Order: sequence, then structure tokens, then C-alpha cells
Amino acid sequence: MSIDQMLGLITGILFGFLLQKGRVLRFEKQVGAMLLKDMTIFKFMLSAILVGMIGIALLADAGIITLSHKPMNFGAVLLGGALFGTGWAVMGFCPGTSIGALGEGRWHAVFAVAGMVAGAALYAEIFPFIKSTVLAWKDFGKIDFPEVLGVSPWVIIPFFWAGTISLFFWFEKKGL
Amino acid sequence: MKWKTKDGGWSPYLAGALVGLLAIASVYATTQWMGKSNYLGASTTFVRAAGLLERTVVPDHVAANEYYTREKVRVDWQFMLVLGIFLGALISSATDRSYKLESVPPIWEKRFGPSIGKRALWAFLGGIVAMVGARMADGCPSGHGLSGMMQLSAGSFVALAMFFSVGVFVAALVYGRRPS
Repeated sequence: MSIDQMLGLITGILFGFLLQKGRVLRFEKQVGAMLLKDMTIFKFMLSAILVGMIGIALLADAGIITLSHKPMNFGAVLLGGALFGTGWAVMGFCPGTSIGALGEGRWHAVFAVAGMVAGAALYAEIFPFIKSTVLAWKDFGKIDFPEVLGVSPWVIIPFFWAGTISLFFWFEKKGL
Repeated sequence: MKWKTKDGGWSPYLAGALVGLLAIASVYATTQWMGKSNYLGASTTFVRAAGLLERTVVPDHVAANEYYTREKVRVDWQFMLVLGIFLGALISSATDRSYKLESVPPIWEKRFGPSIGKRALWAFLGGIVAMVGARMADGCPSGHGLSGMMQLSAGSFVALAMFFSVGVFVAALVYGRRPS
């Protein structure tokens, strides 16, 4: 195994362990969030973002790491996002959690995984068409909020923290 | 705030915050040892898995495909990360006795009955639609949700807002309290 693969495997094991401990792998948690009844996956995800964004911004400021933004291609995020949301609601898993759900015994996730592999194969076939239509509509490129707003990330981060912590208090108050 | 949940899990705030630390450590480690900053993600691996499977039957077709060529069909860092998620979840659930063999998810069963075939068909179709969407949007809740939002990427906030708002709408239609 190469060092790349070794590093990926170790990171994945820790990631899967924490996803399972946070109980976010289950169909019930995913669909529960979409039914606005159980916000566990958002508590988990936003907590990760709150912590992660500080470390990432520090390391990027120090020039130790490079940021890797995905392009904001308008047609792609809107149509792709809508398709993903539709499939996510029906299947009850996202790509990462489907694999984790298999690990904790929810073997029915295998059908979701098979569907996603088939979907990936289908996308590879239709890619030239998508590229000349949806992806060609409007591409804003790899932009981030500090660039859009013309401020340092350290101005945005405190607002993001304040908003998210307020949301957490609201979740707890409502028992979500 | 409780550190343990009723079902023996960890508080999602705690487990999530630890994933935040893992994400930072992972970007640092990949930059140091692989020479490139890699961020957590999962959906590209499904493209590579599809390519690897197809290659066993129609290798020339895969080699000629623009998308497979672009995404590089190989077992890379993220592919191993996704396999690791399986192992990590297995280790965690086996050691805290939350591992449970389940054929049909309870919410699904309540709405559509215990048929495995019905669940399998819809999960498969949902998977196709979701993955076409994820590849079009260039990310899933890991790549856009976690990694993109951590970096304050504008597109990732839009993508996640779409994922969730459409998910809420469709979930209400599918699982809503209508007489079946």
C-alpha cells in the first residue's frame, strides 16, 4: 500500500468511527433531519465545520496548506444540488454515510451504494452533454466568501460561530 | 450538555467537533506526505469504483471516456478513506454493541411496509439520481458540506442549501403523513 492509500485508510477509519459514534449514519437520522424532526446530523456537521474552519484558516494563513475550492458553477450546484436532494431523501443516505451504514450492519444500504455506483457510471456517459449544457451556463469559478465580500476570513468566522451557536441553542430548546 | 446520548452514542456536538480536528489534521498530513492538500470527500470514489468495475468488462470504453480520464480511475487516497469509513463504523458499532443487522429502515417500513424488494428498488433509483446530482454539483455532504463550508467556499453553501431544501421538500412528499 502506498503512503497515500495508508493515510486515506487511517483517516477513513477515524472518520467512520466518529460518524458512527455521533449516530449520524442511520437512515432515521438523515430522513429525520429532512422531516425537520431530528437535527442530529446538523449538530454534527456544523460542529465539525466550526472547529475545522479555524484550523484551516490558520494553516492557510501560515502558508502551510492550500485551499481547494470547488467551482461555483451555477447550473451545476442548482440542478445537481436539486437532484442530489431528491435522491438523498428517497435513499436516506449520502455517499459517505451509506458506506458507514453498511459497517454498522444496516445492510440494506448496499442497494443505495449499488445505485450510486450505477449513477456514477451514468454520469460518466452523459458528461459530454452535461458539460456543453448545464456546466456551460454560468461559472463563477472557485470563489469563497472572503473574496466575494472583500474581507478577511477572520471577519466572517465570528459571525458564522455566533449564528451557528444560536442555532444550536434553538435546536436544544425545541428538542430537535 | 450530555456527552452521551440515550442510545449509548456520543453527543453529536462532541463527535462533530472531533471530526473538525480530524479534518484539520488530515489536510495537514496530506500536504506534508502527499505534497497536496486533500480534503475529506466521498462521491468521487463512486466514479472510480464504477470505472474499475466497467474496466473489467469494457477496458477500451473506460480508457476513452472523458470523465473517467479526468477523474482518474484508480484506488487513491479518497478511495481508501471511503473503505476506512466502513471499517471505522464497524469497529465503533461492534465495540459499543450498536451494530444491528437491519433489512428495512424503520421509517421506511412504517410508510411502505416490510418489503425488501420495494426498498431495494427505491434505494437503487434514489442512488442513481443522487449520484448524478452529486457529480454534477461536484460534491456531496462531505466534500461540499464539510470541506467546502470549512473553507468558506461560496458554491458549497449554495450546494448544501439546495441539497437540504430539496431534500426537505421531497421527504415531506415521500414520508409525509398521507394515508398509504
